[in-house]
Amino acid sequence: MQQPNSQPTSALMLRETASQTAGPYVHIGLALAAAGNPTRDEEIWNELAKPDADGEQIEVVGTVIDGNGDLIRDAFIEAWQADANGEYQPEFDLEKPFNSFGRTATTFDHGSEWSLKTIKPGSVAHPSGTPQAPHINLSIFARGINIQLQTRLYFDDETEANGKCPVLNRIESPTRRQTLIAKREEADGKVRYRFDIRVQGEGETVFFDF
Amino acid sequence: MSYQNKRFVERDRNWHPPGYAPGYKTSIARSPQQALMSMQKPTVSELSGPDFRKLRMGPHDNDLLLNFRQDQSPGLPVGERIVMFGRVVDQFGKPVPHTLVEMWQANAGGRYRHKNDNYLAPLDPNFGGVGRCLTDEHGWYRFRTIKPGPYPWPNDPNSWRPSHIHVSVMGPSISTRLITQMYFEGDPLIPLCPIVNTLKDAEAVETMIGRLDMAHSKPMDCLAYRFDLVVRGELQTYFENQ
Repeated sequence: MQQPNSQPTSALMLRETASQTAGPYVHIGLALAAAGNPTRDEEIWNELAKPDADGEQIEVVGTVIDGNGDLIRDAFIEAWQADANGEYQPEFDLEKPFNSFGRTATTFDHGSEWSLKTIKPGSVAHPSGTPQAPHINLSIFARGINIQLQTRLYFDDETEANGKCPVLNRIESPTRRQTLIAKREEADGKVRYRFDIRVQGEGETVFFDF
Repeated sequence: MSYQNKRFVERDRNWHPPGYAPGYKTSIARSPQQALMSMQKPTVSELSGPDFRKLRMGPHDNDLLLNFRQDQSPGLPVGERIVMFGRVVDQFGKPVPHTLVEMWQANAGGRYRHKNDNYLAPLDPNFGGVGRCLTDEHGWYRFRTIKPGPYPWPNDPNSWRPSHIHVSVMGPSISTRLITQMYFEGDPLIPLCPIVNTLKDAEAVETMIGRLDMAHSKPMDCLAYRFDLVVRGELQTYFENQ
């Protein structure tokens, strides 16, 4: 079969292994606690920051919604974010107070919300010299999603930084930029940001290719 | 580390399955309608990723024959004993050392240890179906498991998944992050599967098929399947600013 849009150099390179959906039971493999299964000694889960981590402790919560407006109750999400100083900490180590990487999931429990316990990231450098506004990279995997959806979560109390962010400003439609802004809520003296991900249709979240 | 000069080979989204692939019904309402926003210049946020060398793994994390043994009645899982192994390389053939490879699967009868799986085939008391390991310094990974069975699923009136193992690999950054499925060489269910058929290119399907490897099988013990993973190639950009 003729490959449409094959790259001229493709004959010189191996082809990437093709993606497949993570399917309905992704939780047994990558989110053991969410599946209700026994966990191992160390799991990669949704507490990126311990209470003694530097920075502002926050919780980030949300739902994932399909094109019919229904909750996606079997999503698996990975988060990647800088520390409070805007630096990534690649070395994943559960002994440390903060890790840049975490995982969360939606299930049929807990109102089908995902949540991350973390700290608010600092501004991350951009090659242009204008810093990127604070953000968390999120990748969404689920049954029905053939290749992960990559997005970014920004914060609604960073209006000025968001207005200047070189990545956010690359999105042509200002209305669509708003789909990436999490809303601050305060509950029980804790700071929480809500970020609902709409994979299709009205208010569809912006997804990136990079 | 400087990410200024780092770049990964662009993902060929005609090679990967599209978001909207109506033969796989769940994708219809779970695929974006808007175009993806292409980042012409990915930043450190996309070019970096986690390193799991400090994650403490258990001694049987990559051995599914032993990692769900019941203390009360120790036994082995029922099914075809296999080793699944391979190498993680990038598109230039460069090994990807010390990267996290994870996998999960159904048991020999096609039943998952998950509360939402109500298929009438029984659970195996000695099988959990989850494994993980890091690639070694040359990019090799290995698991020992039992070959999963096919199972029915509600897509078409009579859809069955081929035997498959879900495989997750991180690679050097979140740009290389990949989740796929390994199928088994010669399985006649492969060409019938709506999820396999989300791919438009038969050659791309070949990248997902584990090959029977007699040389690496263990006589009188277990067969072996080899499954190499290719993640996006890492480039240096030599002339970034004009």
